[in-house]
Amino acid sequence: MASKRANEELPVIARFEVRRRNCLAPDGSAVRPLPAFAADAKLLVELYRSMVLLRLFDRKAVALQRTGRLGTYAVSLGQEAVSVGVASAMREEDVLLPSYRDNGALLWRGVRLEEILLFWGGDERGNQFSGPVHDFPFCVPVGSQAPHAAGVAYALKLRKEPRVAVCLFGDGATSKGDVYEAMNFAGAHKLPVVFVATNNQWAISVPLRLQTGSETLAQKAIAAGFSGEQVDGNDVVAMRAAAEEAIAAARNGTGPRFIEAVTYRLGDHTTSDDALRYRSPEEVQAHWKEEPLARFRSYLVGQKMWTKADEERLAAECHERIEAAVECYLSTPPRRPETMFDNLYADLPETYVAQRHELAGEDDA
Amino acid sequence: MPEVTLVEAINLALGRAMEDDPDVVVLGEDVGLNGGVFRATVGLQERFGSERVLDTPLAELLISGLCVGMAAQGLKPVGEIQFMGFLYPCLDQLVNHASRMRNRTQGRLTCPMVLRTPHGAGIRAPEHHSESTEAMLAHIPGLRVVMPSSPDRAYGLLLAAIRDPDPVVFLEPTRLYRAAKGEVEDNGEALPLDLAFVLREGRDVTLISWGAMVKETMAAAEALSAERIAAEVIDLATLKPYDENTVLGSVAKTGRCVIVHEAAHTGGFGAEIAALVAERGLSSLLAPVIRVTGYDTIVPMARLEQHYMPSVERIVTAARKACQYN
Repeated sequence: MASKRANEELPVIARFEVRRRNCLAPDGSAVRPLPAFAADAKLLVELYRSMVLLRLFDRKAVALQRTGRLGTYAVSLGQEAVSVGVASAMREEDVLLPSYRDNGALLWRGVRLEEILLFWGGDERGNQFSGPVHDFPFCVPVGSQAPHAAGVAYALKLRKEPRVAVCLFGDGATSKGDVYEAMNFAGAHKLPVVFVATNNQWAISVPLRLQTGSETLAQKAIAAGFSGEQVDGNDVVAMRAAAEEAIAAARNGTGPRFIEAVTYRLGDHTTSDDALRYRSPEEVQAHWKEEPLARFRSYLVGQKMWTKADEERLAAECHERIEAAVECYLSTPPRRPETMFDNLYADLPETYVAQRHELAGEDDA
Repeated sequence: MPEVTLVEAINLALGRAMEDDPDVVVLGEDVGLNGGVFRATVGLQERFGSERVLDTPLAELLISGLCVGMAAQGLKPVGEIQFMGFLYPCLDQLVNHASRMRNRTQGRLTCPMVLRTPHGAGIRAPEHHSESTEAMLAHIPGLRVVMPSSPDRAYGLLLAAIRDPDPVVFLEPTRLYRAAKGEVEDNGEALPLDLAFVLREGRDVTLISWGAMVKETMAAAEALSAERIAAEVIDLATLKPYDENTVLGSVAKTGRCVIVHEAAHTGGFGAEIAALVAERGLSSLLAPVIRVTGYDTIVPMARLEQHYMPSVERIVTAARKACQYN
């Protein structure tokens, strides 16, 4: 008892807090005054349209995979608001470093549907995409893009360019040293980088409670010396608002920010996964009540920004775009085999020229 | 021309590269004020500032990952890993990102980075400071692996590595950092990558080595000459991609091939060269290829390390055996 009393007399030298941001309730009603951009009906409609396109595109991609016309594919079902909301707050010149499930961000940044299909269809040309030339491609090794984001941000700061690196990864990635190391460095150098953890509750079959003992993922930023915020990741208005603030702060030189987007993966991890092996349909069903599209549609309809007719038009338009993209993807022939040598080095070393010839079926020159 | 040590030549090349190109940045643990644990970066922070010569946190994975991010943004980062024993957290970044960024984006993003690290035994260092695992790195497509063995080649090859548009792992022989001295003109002239150096010409036997073992290999050649055996010595210098033509040309001339490396025997880079000679130089061989290497053991700590590393005597014996074969 004596020692307990003595401990209470020790001074507290640091206190931290983590806040949670939301704007729209699951029924689509505003829970607080909305950020300024919410007055821009055109922007809100664009956010909605992008999420719908992503969901319909995912559905088509899975159908292609199931019929042997696409490789393994990761759907964004249930978490569309995260990648779309974050990307919408970026400028063209900012640098996106996505994980493999951030199609929404790539699409917003100008990557074409057929390019995404090409990548998941097993063609490197999908990464030679129409989005900003400096954006990174999908990152498959979990969390390994976080140090790149810190490196990019260091380069931007060194050159005094008012640009920001935006790095997306999942809840599983926050368990990796890569992410800690990157955040720690970014904090030490006050780098212009925003880290976004899409907390969809499941890293394939491992639930968050086995991933970490931490109460929030957002608080992981605190140890790195900057603030973290938890955001309702099913609320695209809140996501956009949080990203806008974080990106602006990073751009203004106040250092990195961390956003934990709390959402739920309504689909399987990928087309190679069967989530019924590790979680109940009841659990998934319960989360459907909070999904981002219905919520935002309710808000838009309530605000007279969106109608049933708009919805029908959008569905038809998405269908048309997606079919055109699929057509384009399926009619793109594979590269000639020997081109696998063409981007190995800037100039193919002499030593490998014979191998290239062999693959091309040419005589050794 | 001034005579400098190998580590001083590294320092000269780094300074020259930074002077010539504002995109070159140097990063690593203790590389700033302290000038690196081997003093390879000494004085650079004073000259170029702490933004371009930065002390990173103690995190090797981070150093290699930062290099990838910086390089993709157009900088030319030169990362330092204090010892090769601490390089392994970087393998994920080297295999999954640095080596394939150009390919996976079909040239949209590239990775002109250099990762430098001292390697090899013989300096009575603590555990984990003595390995030579270059073969592991030389197996990675898309990388370049360079191992200089003298001050002038260290200078010229490091400049070439920094200017190269692709990722390079640059392995510096710890044992020669101060032991190797030679004239180096700080003229900014790079040496070609992917080319081997013929350090001594001879008609009887080809001795192929790289890194610190070049020293013993040259000494062996000298000893052999007293026995009227004229050994040709090749410093391979770049292991990935390596200069097959110089190897094959020399073996065609001598008919005998002895490969010397400090790394463990099985799966060492000597096996690759032996396979090349078997595939494309068999008809010129007058004797079996012989490898003189470290043993297939963990590199022993200081008390036994001299017994692990190939000695001049072992090299001489192997060369003699090759010459006596009929």
